Amino acid sequence: MAALGRAALLLAFGLFAYALIAGSYAAWRKRRRLALSAQNALIAAFPATLVASAILLVALGRHDFTFAYVAEHTSRNLPLGYTLSAFWGGQEGSLLLWLVILTGYAALAVWLNRRQRELIAWTVPVFGLIAVFFSFMLCFVSSPFHQQVAPADGKGMVPSLQNPYMLAHPPMLYLGYVGLSVPFAFAMGALLSGRTDERWIVATRRWTLAAWTFLGVGQLLGAHWAYTEIGWGGYYAWDPVENAALMPWLAATAFLHSVMIQEKRGMLKVWNMVLVALAFNLSVFGTFLTRSGVINSVHSFSQSPIGAWILGFLIFTVAFSVVLIRWRLPLLRTKTRLESLVSREATFVYNNLLLVALALTILWGVLWPVLSQAVGQTRSLSKPYYDFFLHTFGLPLILLMGIGPLVAWRKASVRSLGKTFLIPFGVAVVTGGVLLGLGFDSSWAGLLAYTFSAFVVASIVLEFVRGRAAAGGIRRLVSRNRRRYGGYIVHAAVVLLAIGIAGSSAYQTIRENTQLRPGQSMEIAGYTATYRTIADVKGADYTGFRSVLTVTGHGEGFTVDPGTNYYGPVVGSSTEASIYHDPRTLGDFFATASCVTTASGACRADGAIDLTLLVKPLINLIWVGGFVFVFGALVAMWPDAVEQRRLAARYAAGAAPAGI
Amino acid sequence: MAWGLALAAAFAVTAVFFVARPFLREPAPASDRLDELAPAVRQQVALAEERDRALDALKELEFDHRTGKVSDDDYRAQVGPLRRRAAEALRALEAREQGPHDSVPASEEPARS
Repeated sequence: MAALGRAALLLAFGLFAYALIAGSYAAWRKRRRLALSAQNALIAAFPATLVASAILLVALGRHDFTFAYVAEHTSRNLPLGYTLSAFWGGQEGSLLLWLVILTGYAALAVWLNRRQRELIAWTVPVFGLIAVFFSFMLCFVSSPFHQQVAPADGKGMVPSLQNPYMLAHPPMLYLGYVGLSVPFAFAMGALLSGRTDERWIVATRRWTLAAWTFLGVGQLLGAHWAYTEIGWGGYYAWDPVENAALMPWLAATAFLHSVMIQEKRGMLKVWNMVLVALAFNLSVFGTFLTRSGVINSVHSFSQSPIGAWILGFLIFTVAFSVVLIRWRLPLLRTKTRLESLVSREATFVYNNLLLVALALTILWGVLWPVLSQAVGQTRSLSKPYYDFFLHTFGLPLILLMGIGPLVAWRKASVRSLGKTFLIPFGVAVVTGGVLLGLGFDSSWAGLLAYTFSAFVVASIVLEFVRGRAAAGGIRRLVSRNRRRYGGYIVHAAVVLLAIGIAGSSAYQTIRENTQLRPGQSMEIAGYTATYRTIADVKGADYTGFRSVLTVTGHGEGFTVDPGTNYYGPVVGSSTEASIYHDPRTLGDFFATASCVTTASGACRADGAIDLTLLVKPLINLIWVGGFVFVFGALVAMWPDAVEQRRLAARYAAGAAPAGI
Repeated sequence: MAWGLALAAAFAVTAVFFVARPFLREPAPASDRLDELAPAVRQQVALAEERDRALDALKELEFDHRTGKVSDDDYRAQVGPLRRRAAEALRALEAREQGPHDSVPASEEPARS
């Protein structure tokens, strides 16, 4: 079976190499049949990678420990769901996931746009280039089909990965990371072919939105996983690997905004190319970070030699993007200029500058330890650095989400602005004043986040109310411009996120108590937690304990049972946090406990525990925001038949008959 | 092992056939030239994009006016130039679609390069 897997990967590698070499030659020399043949090679590689993936999944499901990968990441007593999730739990499997998603995306995107032969002829080799690299890694450097003499049992899975969120979080991230290859391949294809009109944007609009949505949802799932599973009470730690997912998402967010300026005004062509290249290269950079071993992270794979390969590929793709954009600058320059610094398009430009600045400061924070190590002084930038820039760039970004919808395209007069800003400004002032009176000035960043959020909510509501009256109904309003109104719903989701993040970080309360014994109590933020008893627990692959606490306060009474699971000497232990979601305040009561041990390492007989309690106001708005985010993205992505007919007619002159 | 390799071989043959299909379907085509957009067609696409942008800008202005984002004075000042631009884009496109495709007068150039 492993031989079939290896053969499938080798076949895929051959097909990608053909798509790259024959495709480039065909596009350069204008050979129609050869270009179609290269396109077919790219499409045919998808089933090959599917076969390789199916073989790895079957080996995992059958606990076939002759596959070194299966023995390294699973064990016999691991539940089936987690056993199959080991597909992306290790280095080689996750590379295969990268490749299969890339191939699927490429095959579908090329097939859907096959009539745009001139553009597709150059897009195919770009896809081929990316896929050649990843299939080469899988065939010759880091194969998931390496075989060995089967051990009696596998090493098992790290406990923190044994969480339902890990079934969805990594695939979502990969769907996002890899999805950014589609706009990149089309953008580079457009530069190579000289077709710098908007055809490549039309072809990749939904792909970019889908990749961006997957990346966003993947990060939220990861945040929820970290919150419920890691046991430190937070959801984002500015870990380099977390940052690696955030940076391309920020760049893609900037692109999704600036591309509208190109469509509406014919401006920012160079900038859009730069953003697409930046988003893709940051996703490759993220892949490098997780696999190179240059940084320490709970999320990264163990140190391996493939880091150098990915770094080489990254340097190549950065150089490739820069050279192509530089080469085609004369075609990308536009005559149109901003008419006014107070206009909708100007707010989009400000938004872009802030998003890119935030992405680049995060990049600097990630690179600084590596660069300082290179000159002999290892220094890292921690939370205060990131928080400073999050406040510096993030708070104005929230404000811009409220300002943008209120400003007209092209230019807005002071008189019009005064009229449209009156209600949102009033709502923000009243909200800020009330919060100030209630003592929320303990955190100025939190106070500003709440106040700006009120401004944005008022602005969005106003936009829907006025738009509904003008369009004659909410359905007509949304259907006349799904992207815009879907975007506003996404903005509402970002506001929920901002309120949740501000509440749960700026206004959280933390209490720790060491050696708490049964019967003793702890006070925190108006709650009283009384430690009642300790109980042993046993699962399929672990033993452990739970400490039972009854909590009263704020008119509520509930029980939490934090504890620890022990998975054996190889795998280790995991903190099992216990969380009570307060439906009235949308906040959480979060508890973790570790038992005080004797010299032999066993829990002490008197049941003493070290207890940490956190009260996190409004944190559940972050997760609610996730659902609103997906809803908004779906509204924005929903197909518009009228728009599609218009675009088809626009590009009909440049389309060729379909053919394989 | 043997069935695995046999499957791999069958799969490889199918893939090669699929890749070779354009040559098998057209062993001796009248033209093997990959269609390249003629400069005139590129210009037509650019004009169509410009027309859509101009019409969209008009729609946006109307809607912003109705929702109160654009005052009456601003509306009056902006609507004329936008209408002219849309009319010019439509005229240029119609002339391109009806006339010979080998040259385009400078006045029909879109408002961007």
